[in-house]
Amino acid sequence: MKRFTDLFTAIDQTTKTNEKVAAIVRFLADSDDRSKLYAIALLIGNRPRRPVKTSDLKKWATEIAKIPDWLFEESYHIVGDLAEAIALVLPFDSISPNDYRLPDVIDELSKLSEQSDARKKDIITDYWRHLGKDERFIFTKLITGNFRIGVSRQLVIKALSIHLNMDEAAVAHRLMGKWIPAAETMMSLFSEPASGTRDFQPYPFYLAYQLDTPPESLGDIEDWYIEKKLDGIRGQIIVRNGQLFVWSRGEDLLTDKFPEFTQLAESLPDGTVIDGEIIPWQDGQPLPFQVMQTRIGRKNLSQKSLREAPLVMVCYDLLEWNGEDIRDMPMSYRRNLLETLLSSPTAAPDVLLLSEIMPFNNWPEVAVFRQHARDFHCEGVMLKRRDSSYGSGRRRGNWWKWKTDPLTADGVLIYAQSGHGRRANLYTDYTFAVWDETGTLVPFAKAYSGLTDKEITELDAWIKRNTTERFGPVRSVKPHHVFEIAFEGIQKSSRHKSGVALRFPRILRWRRDKSPESANTQTDLLELIAAVNG
Amino acid sequence: MLRFTERGIYCPQADMYIDPWQPVEKAIVTHGHSDHARWGMRRYLCHRHTAPILRLRLGMDIAIQELAYGEVLTVNGVRISLHPAGHIIGSAQVKLEHKGEVWVVSGDYKLAYDGLSEPFEPVRCHHFVTESTFGLPVYQFPDPAMVFPAINQWCARNAAEGLNSVLLGYALGKSQAILAHLDTTIGPVFLHGAVANVNASLGEIGFQFAGARITSETDRKAIKDAIIVAPPSAYGSPWLKKLLPYRIALCSGWMQLRGARRRRGVDRGFVLSDHCDWRQLNDAITATAAEMVYVTHGYEEPFARWLCEERGLQAKEVHLQGGETGEEDL
Repeated sequence: MKRFTDLFTAIDQTTKTNEKVAAIVRFLADSDDRSKLYAIALLIGNRPRRPVKTSDLKKWATEIAKIPDWLFEESYHIVGDLAEAIALVLPFDSISPNDYRLPDVIDELSKLSEQSDARKKDIITDYWRHLGKDERFIFTKLITGNFRIGVSRQLVIKALSIHLNMDEAAVAHRLMGKWIPAAETMMSLFSEPASGTRDFQPYPFYLAYQLDTPPESLGDIEDWYIEKKLDGIRGQIIVRNGQLFVWSRGEDLLTDKFPEFTQLAESLPDGTVIDGEIIPWQDGQPLPFQVMQTRIGRKNLSQKSLREAPLVMVCYDLLEWNGEDIRDMPMSYRRNLLETLLSSPTAAPDVLLLSEIMPFNNWPEVAVFRQHARDFHCEGVMLKRRDSSYGSGRRRGNWWKWKTDPLTADGVLIYAQSGHGRRANLYTDYTFAVWDETGTLVPFAKAYSGLTDKEITELDAWIKRNTTERFGPVRSVKPHHVFEIAFEGIQKSSRHKSGVALRFPRILRWRRDKSPESANTQTDLLELIAAVNG
Repeated sequence: MLRFTERGIYCPQADMYIDPWQPVEKAIVTHGHSDHARWGMRRYLCHRHTAPILRLRLGMDIAIQELAYGEVLTVNGVRISLHPAGHIIGSAQVKLEHKGEVWVVSGDYKLAYDGLSEPFEPVRCHHFVTESTFGLPVYQFPDPAMVFPAINQWCARNAAEGLNSVLLGYALGKSQAILAHLDTTIGPVFLHGAVANVNASLGEIGFQFAGARITSETDRKAIKDAIIVAPPSAYGSPWLKKLLPYRIALCSGWMQLRGARRRRGVDRGFVLSDHCDWRQLNDAITATAAEMVYVTHGYEEPFARWLCEERGLQAKEVHLQGGETGEEDL
C-alpha cells in the first residue's frame, strides 16, 4: 500500500507528464510482478467490482467520525470525491500505521461480497483505523472505484514501454480488455500469447480529432474516404475460435447486450475483427440516440425492446482477417476486404451494414453536407486517408472527424452550484432558463463547461454578490447574465419543467451584449424540436 | 450589545464598529488583512502590532489608537479590550463588556501555534462571534510543526535537482510564518516586493525575517537553488518567469483538498493555515463557554446547524457583506 500510495502522491503532485512517467517507471522497477500487475490494472481503470455499498461506507465513516449524515453530505459536496471525503472526516489517531501489500488488500476486497454485513464492516473499519491518512484515501478509493488519478492510459503505456523495452502500440494492445491481475503474470500479459488464450482481446481503437483547419488543407479529395459520422456506440466485433466478443470503445464487454450479433459466431470466419458503429436502425435509417440509451439501460432485454430498438453495426474497418492483424495495411486494402466479407451471402447482412463512402466531388460539397448533416441523420463526416494504416489512440493527420455545428439557444443564468473536485468552492455548475408564455423563466439546461478559468472566477464573484436565495449548495441569482448554450440534440421531455431535454449542453459563449429579456423562449425551443426532428 | 449592520458589526453603546467595510467614525480593527482593515475610517483602534500594517496599507496619516493585549479602554461604560487571536502578528479578538454582559468578536483566529503570532487566548463570554472559514469536518489540519519540516525537505530536494522553490503564501502572516521556519542553509532566500514591504513594516516593531527583495537590479544568476516567498497573486504573472526553472507550492488550508490544489495548478500544496480547522473551532467555542454563538465568514450555515443540533448550543448564521472567501484567506 505504502509504495503504491507514494506512487499516487508522486503522480498527483506534479503537473508534468514526464515526471509522472518517471514515477511509474521507478515504481515498476522497484516492485515484484504481482504488485506491478495490480498497480497497472488500477492505473488504467481496470478495477475490481465494488464490494460494499457506498451508503454503508458513509454510514460507518459518520459513525466513527461522530458526525450526522447531513454534515457528511455537506462535506462530501465540497470535496467532490467520496473516498477523499471519508478519509478526511475520519479522526486521525496517532497509532503507528500498518503496511499492507496492495495485491493482498485487493484480493481481500474482491472476496468481501461473500462476507456478512457485520464482517464487512469490521474488515473495512479495521483498515481505516490502521492506515495512515494518505493510505486511507487510496484504500477507500479501491472500494469506491473510479480510480482516475491524474494519469492517462497513454502515460501508463509509455512507462510500461520504457520498463519493458517494448513498442508502445504493442503495450497498448496487450492492455486492452478486462484482464484480471490475479490470473496473469507479467509474462502472460506482455509476451506473445499462446494460441487461443487471449481470444477476447480487442485492438486499441483509432480515434480522430475534430478538423480544425479548412478541408482544402487536406489536399486532393481523391486521397480521402468520406463517411457519415453516426451517433451510436463505437464498437469492435471479434470472432475467434468460434467465439464472439463485442467490445465498446469504453472497453466494456457488451456481447450479452446485443443478442442480434449472436449469429455472427457462426457466420463470420474465425479470426475476424470489425470496427464500426453499433446503432439502432430501421427502414434503412438510424433511430434517434435516445432509443439506444433506453435499450442499453435495460438489465433484461424483452422481446419488446429488441423489436423497438433493433441494432446493427455499420462497419467501417477490418482490423483482423484470417487471424492476421492487418492494421498496418492501407485503409484501401482493408476496405476492399471488408466489402468482400460483407457481400458474402453468409455474412448476416441484416445486422452488418457497410458504412457508405460518400461520393463527393470536391470539398465545398462536403462542407454543404456537413452543414446539413442532421437532415441526413448523422452528426457530420469522417475523413480517412485512403492509404492510412489503423493507428492506436487519438492521433492527428490521417483520420479526422468533422462534426456539424451544434444547435444553440440563449439562456439566462438563474441557479449556480459549487463544483466538485478541481472546482470545489467555485460556483461552476450553472442552470439556464428560457421564458415561457407567462413571462416566467423556466430552467432548460444545466451546463458545467465552456467558460475560461478567468470567466469562471469573474462569474463566481458576481454570483456571490448577487445571490437572492440559498438552498443548501445551490444559490439562485438575479436574472441578469445571458449565455449562448450549444447542444447536439433536442427532444421533448415530460421530466423537465421547460418540456425539453438537451443532449450534451455546454456554454458556447457569454453574451454580455444581451439583456435577459432578449433570451430565447420556450416556444422557440419547441419550434426547434419540430424543425430538427422533422 | 452588538448589532450586525450593513456597515459592519456595531456597538451602539460605544458607538464603534468592528472591522467595518464602509467609512465610519470609530473602527476597531481585529487585524491587518484588507478584508478586515479598510480605508476611510475617521479613527482606528487596534493592537499595537497591527498599527504599522495599517499605516503601510491605508496611509501614514490615519488616526490610530493602539492597545496592548489585555489593556482595557472604557468608552461610555463599555469596557473594550483586545486579546490574542493567534491568526497573524497583531491579530486580536475584541472583548466588549457592559453591565455584566460579555461579547467577544474573534475576527480571524487559530489555535495552532505558528511560532510567531501571540497564541490564541480563550476568553469566557456570553456571546461569541466566530469565523467558520474551515467549519467542516473534512478540514482537520496537520500540526504546523510537521508541515514546516516538509516544506524544508521539498525545498532541499528541488535545490538538489537544480531548481528554485517558489513558496506562495499571503504576504501578511503566512509569508512570515514560512520565513521564520525556513532552513536558510538550503539556499539563498528571496522575497516578492509585497512580502518585503510587510517585513519592513514589521521590522519597525522588532520582527526580523530572512530574505532579499527581488528588484529590477537583482542579478538573475544569483537566484539559483533559491527559495522565493511570494503572495498567491504572483502565480501566473510574468514576474515568475525570471525565477525559472522552479517548482511552485501553495501554502494554505485550502490545500487540504486535492481538488483545490489541482485547480490552482501548483506542484505542491502544503496544508498551512492561519485559520482554525474543524477541531480548533469546536475547542475554541467550548473554551469560551458562550451561550450564544454567531457564525460568520465561511461555512456559516452547516457550522451553525452543527452547533445547534449536535452540540446543543444556541447558534445563528450571520452573513456579513464582504464575507466571501478572498485571497486573504489563503
